[in-house]
Amino acid sequence: MKKYIIKRIIISVITLVVILLVLFLMLELMPGSPFNDEKLNEAQKAVIRAKYGLDKPIFVRFLNYIKAMLSGDFGVSYTISKNTPITTLLQSRLPISLRIGGQAILIGTMIGLTLGIIAAIKHNTIYDTITTVISVLGVSLPSYVFAMTLIYSMGFKLKWFPLLYQMDAPIYSSVLPTVSLCMFTVATVARFTRTEMLEVLGSDYMLLAESKGINSFHLIFKHALRNALIPIITVLAPLVVGLMTGSLVIEKLFSIPGIGSLLVSAIQSNDYNVVVALTFIYSLMYIGIMLVVDILYGVIDPRIRLAKGDKNE
Amino acid sequence: MNNKDFEFLPNDFELVGQEKILINDETFAGQSYWRDLLSRFTQNKGAIAGLIFIVLVIIMAIFGPKISGHTYDAQIITHQNLAPRIQGIEKLGIFDGSEEMNTSTGTKLQNKYISEDTTVTTGLEKVYYWFGTDVLGRDIFTRTWTGTRISLYIALVAVLVDMCFGMIYGLVSGYFGGKVDMVLQRFAEILNGIPTLVIVTLLILVIKPGLITITIALAITGWIGMSRIARAQVLKLKEQEFILASKTLGAKNLFIIFKEILPNIFGQLIVMSMFSIPNAIFTEAFLAFIGLGVPQPLASLGSLISDAFKSFTTHPYMIVFPVIVLAVIMLSFNLLADGLRDAFDPKMKEM
Repeated sequence: MKKYIIKRIIISVITLVVILLVLFLMLELMPGSPFNDEKLNEAQKAVIRAKYGLDKPIFVRFLNYIKAMLSGDFGVSYTISKNTPITTLLQSRLPISLRIGGQAILIGTMIGLTLGIIAAIKHNTIYDTITTVISVLGVSLPSYVFAMTLIYSMGFKLKWFPLLYQMDAPIYSSVLPTVSLCMFTVATVARFTRTEMLEVLGSDYMLLAESKGINSFHLIFKHALRNALIPIITVLAPLVVGLMTGSLVIEKLFSIPGIGSLLVSAIQSNDYNVVVALTFIYSLMYIGIMLVVDILYGVIDPRIRLAKGDKNE
Repeated sequence: MNNKDFEFLPNDFELVGQEKILINDETFAGQSYWRDLLSRFTQNKGAIAGLIFIVLVIIMAIFGPKISGHTYDAQIITHQNLAPRIQGIEKLGIFDGSEEMNTSTGTKLQNKYISEDTTVTTGLEKVYYWFGTDVLGRDIFTRTWTGTRISLYIALVAVLVDMCFGMIYGLVSGYFGGKVDMVLQRFAEILNGIPTLVIVTLLILVIKPGLITITIALAITGWIGMSRIARAQVLKLKEQEFILASKTLGAKNLFIIFKEILPNIFGQLIVMSMFSIPNAIFTEAFLAFIGLGVPQPLASLGSLISDAFKSFTTHPYMIVFPVIVLAVIMLSFNLLADGLRDAFDPKMKEM
């Protein structure tokens, strides 16, 4: 187990370093230099380079770069909000994105689990069909289609919810974004829960438990669901990816001042520093979650933990 | 089950006579693998529907832009914001070119093709736009099917990347094992650790947004899932007797990989590549939506939806058709992939 966790951590760290290296090299290879002023002579340029540490070998500069990135020093924004440190931009925006993402994954997982369990228990009935239709639709339709349908019907026609995010009503105005963002989660979790539950319900130990006379509540939640939940953890990683990409579009549609909409506008206005900082943060979150999921999976499923090679990957 | 006390009565059991256990032997005609596959596939209604819709969409993508009589990039200023109007059906009261306009006093039906005052001509009485026109006066019907071509191109790229790169990567990694496997797998793991979103973003900083950028992004990340499946399948097969037999007969590694192993796992690989198609189309539609798709005046379904969104509270018809086509494509490929998976291996779990 220890070996497995250490291996996972090492791979995560290497991945992070690779991303940092790519970001650093892109910065190095970008055309242009701040010292192109013709009035500067070579000696003056050398002094400026020494001041900013640009005279050091590339390896040392890379280490400094890593140090700066990890300590949260991302530099300043060029175009979006001129000369504001990016850390300041993030301080107000990151919590909003995390909250809406968290709401979506929490609510989505709960609805998905419920739908999946109902579909499995009432296999081949109308409930099963409804769940299948919901899950196929949820996987097939991009989240912005849901968002636009919701905006048009509940926002524009019925006027139940605001069309745009309002800072003074954070819960009320995040209802529509959360619902449209969690559709993908609902669909994936429901689909997966249904298959896993069906398999567990058909297994011999369930038959044994049933013939021993255990009541159906205990049967479903204590015996079936616990075993069905193990593989469901593996879909958490793709869900997080879905949420990340989904949040970009949803935040743009609802004008939510989060990091997703910040990244979109940064890409569109070529604000290099902001793009790099957000890229780094997205990677950090993604790698972190992947690591936790992998370790969690190893802890829960002994077959992974005990496997010598990588045969179960 | 209830814990009742059971009591056996004398007539609970009966003697099974010899004449009753005689069962006539039933014989079935032998079926070839492909025939079996086909029959299992055709029993799946969803998959057949998916296949039919994909064929229809492909036909429309090829011929659609030619049959409307308009081009995808011609702008006619007098033809702005026209609602859908189709010959023949217009008499039924639908698709007659009228749309509801929201005004301060409520909604009002408006038809821009034919003016209410019969003495004034709009010059549009003989003009038909089947899906309507956008804010620049371009035909949405032609643009939708031109955009569909891009989605189908993306689907093709996804399959090619899977087949050419992911498959070979997985086969080699699984077959040779040992150090080769170790190096290849660590590389794939590291690449897999970088979110696709980040790779696309970084690519866009270097290259301009467009079809080439999206193709490269798919080529970088699209093959990892496929390589994993291929590798897992090879690991299952490579210790089996027929491989050993082939080796004993002096077969070369390449021969074993492509002639012995590949035909046995090809079904699963096709299924896997079908599943990557909706993902790839999804990625393109998403990129187009945040403004990183194909440059104007070209259209993709994602960019059409994105453009139409800007005016979708006033002219909802602009967004409806691209969304429907996109949804149909995604749904059909998902259903087809589901059906293929069940046909190739009924026991295979959902991935």
